[in-house]
Amino acid sequence: MSAAETLPGRPAVAETPRGAGPARPRPWGQIASQVFLIVASVLWLLPIAFALYVAVRPYSDTRKYGYVSMPHHITFQNFRDAWTQSDMLHFFWNSALITVPAVIIVLCLASGVAFVLTRVNLKINISLLILFTAGNLLPQQVIITPLYRIYLKIHLPHFLAGSGLMYNSIFGLVAINVAFQLGFCVFVLSNYMKSIPGEMYEAALVDGASLWTRFWRLTVPLCRPALAALATLLTTWIYNDFFWAITLMSSGDKRPVTSALANLQGQFVSNQNLIAAAAMIAAIPTLVVYVLLQKQFIAGLSLGSSKG
Amino acid sequence: MSSVSQVHTPAAEAGRSEKDRPARRRRHVRRMTNRDRIVVALLLGIPLLLDLAFVWFPAIGTVLLSFTKWNGVGSLHTHSCKPNMPSILNNGCVYGVQNYHQAATIYPEFWPAVRHNLIWLAVFVVIATPLGMLFAVVIDRGIRGSRMYQSILFLPVMLSLALVGIVWEFVYSQNYGLINTVIGRNGNSNAIDWLGNPHLNLWAVLVEATWRQAGYVMVLYLAGLKAVDPTLREAALMDGANAWQTFWRVIFPVMRPINIVIMVVTVIESLRAFDLVYITNKGINGLELLSVLVTSNIVGETQRVGFGSALGVVLLVISLVPISIFLYQTFRREESQ
Repeated sequence: MSAAETLPGRPAVAETPRGAGPARPRPWGQIASQVFLIVASVLWLLPIAFALYVAVRPYSDTRKYGYVSMPHHITFQNFRDAWTQSDMLHFFWNSALITVPAVIIVLCLASGVAFVLTRVNLKINISLLILFTAGNLLPQQVIITPLYRIYLKIHLPHFLAGSGLMYNSIFGLVAINVAFQLGFCVFVLSNYMKSIPGEMYEAALVDGASLWTRFWRLTVPLCRPALAALATLLTTWIYNDFFWAITLMSSGDKRPVTSALANLQGQFVSNQNLIAAAAMIAAIPTLVVYVLLQKQFIAGLSLGSSKG
Repeated sequence: MSSVSQVHTPAAEAGRSEKDRPARRRRHVRRMTNRDRIVVALLLGIPLLLDLAFVWFPAIGTVLLSFTKWNGVGSLHTHSCKPNMPSILNNGCVYGVQNYHQAATIYPEFWPAVRHNLIWLAVFVVIATPLGMLFAVVIDRGIRGSRMYQSILFLPVMLSLALVGIVWEFVYSQNYGLINTVIGRNGNSNAIDWLGNPHLNLWAVLVEATWRQAGYVMVLYLAGLKAVDPTLREAALMDGANAWQTFWRVIFPVMRPINIVIMVVTVIESLRAFDLVYITNKGINGLELLSVLVTSNIVGETQRVGFGSALGVVLLVISLVPISIFLYQTFRREESQ
């Protein structure tokens, strides 16, 4: 601590040439870093590459030679079989039905809350912000017991849920995902909105803009970067959700693809190669996000961890 | 509905003071029309209701239910349970702290689960999180190919934990798996059952968890490192501090906010741990965790709502520690304004 406090005052700082950046690491440090990261990268890629390798080999092949062996056949048949035999399209459709509405609703609701909490001077702003933020930090298991009972008690009209209950319905899963992710988004968006200069709102007020106009026409467009980052993050998280779908849905056929993997494990227990193929197929949406939107995803995480 | 009335009062006050000094106010509520008030009530009210109904009401419900004995059938009432009655007649009654007592004394899975959760936390604190920080620090030095390394180490974070569990099953597979083949113990009688042996499987699963958590911590930490004023580091190097000293004496202290975030993520993630053990063997036989016990007491055939809630409260109490620290750290400054 003391070092940090005394440093800025030292004259040596001023003599540093501008834009020189941190001093170059010494060569052996460079090499050690490279070796360390190469080893780590290999270890990090290995399990995924290995599962992929199992997935592209026929069962008869790995049965005979084991997973660690030279390939005698390379085939995409496992992917075809996994896709058709387990009706994966159906589970992907369930995932889409849950993820897409949930992400849109969370972002709409959270921007509204964040706007009110940052731009309307209520006495309880901070308390509400704490309430939302803390809600997202609870372990899911803390709330699951009563939630499960509530879901069994709430009746829904049949056009919303075939089961007639909140339990075992897509609607119920969207609701809990929205409620649970709301806190994180409110936190991120309110931090982001605080950085919008107050003059813009003064100007809007002079123009006679109503509260709604200031929210919808001024604030939301300015928050587009944060919304894009959050959308990427939420899509991945909700798509990857396992716990809510396992506990709040009983039957396999309504579950989204991530939790359906648990059923597939049972179904393909005699053919592990099909499981590998199914897992790889289930990873495709997140891998697409990874390849195309990695920056957005990381931006979202950074927004959540640093206060603007 | 209380939210609506809470919204009205300050708004009305703001409106009044507006008339007293019309020009001077900055950034506060100006004349709010009735329409504006309705907009505020809706924008805040609907999400608040949702959050209260699906997060906070259940959270409080867990605490209340933990003092009852209930199998989920029939109704709850406020009579206390009678000690010598068969349990079929003792349903929905107030049970005091008996659930907690039973969990700690006669429930065989409780202490193993607590121990496993503590081991999980310890591994995250001692290995996963420092490893992620190390990745971040090394990558932040701007060595060649750092973007590629970052992408690779980050890849597991994108995958669901269920998928991570499945992917690693091929590495650990008893007969054909990567590890057993490499160390030459596959296919014969001395093959190691990594995921089946109750003395080994927790550690095997923790390798999977670390594999994913380190990348997560790395990304969070990198964001923090990028935000550190570079002149701080230059100054430290000018003063003759080496890289190690610079990090621990200069960089680490100024990253206090991000360190707290990482601490929260580490603790909360180790309490939430569920998916990996559930996909591996449904959380039995060496992989018991508190989260699994909560779930199996309410979703299984024998529903012990009160008992499951008591276990949930244990999780709640532990998680409140990091949550409070985080909230205090984050909102302290605003509160004082």
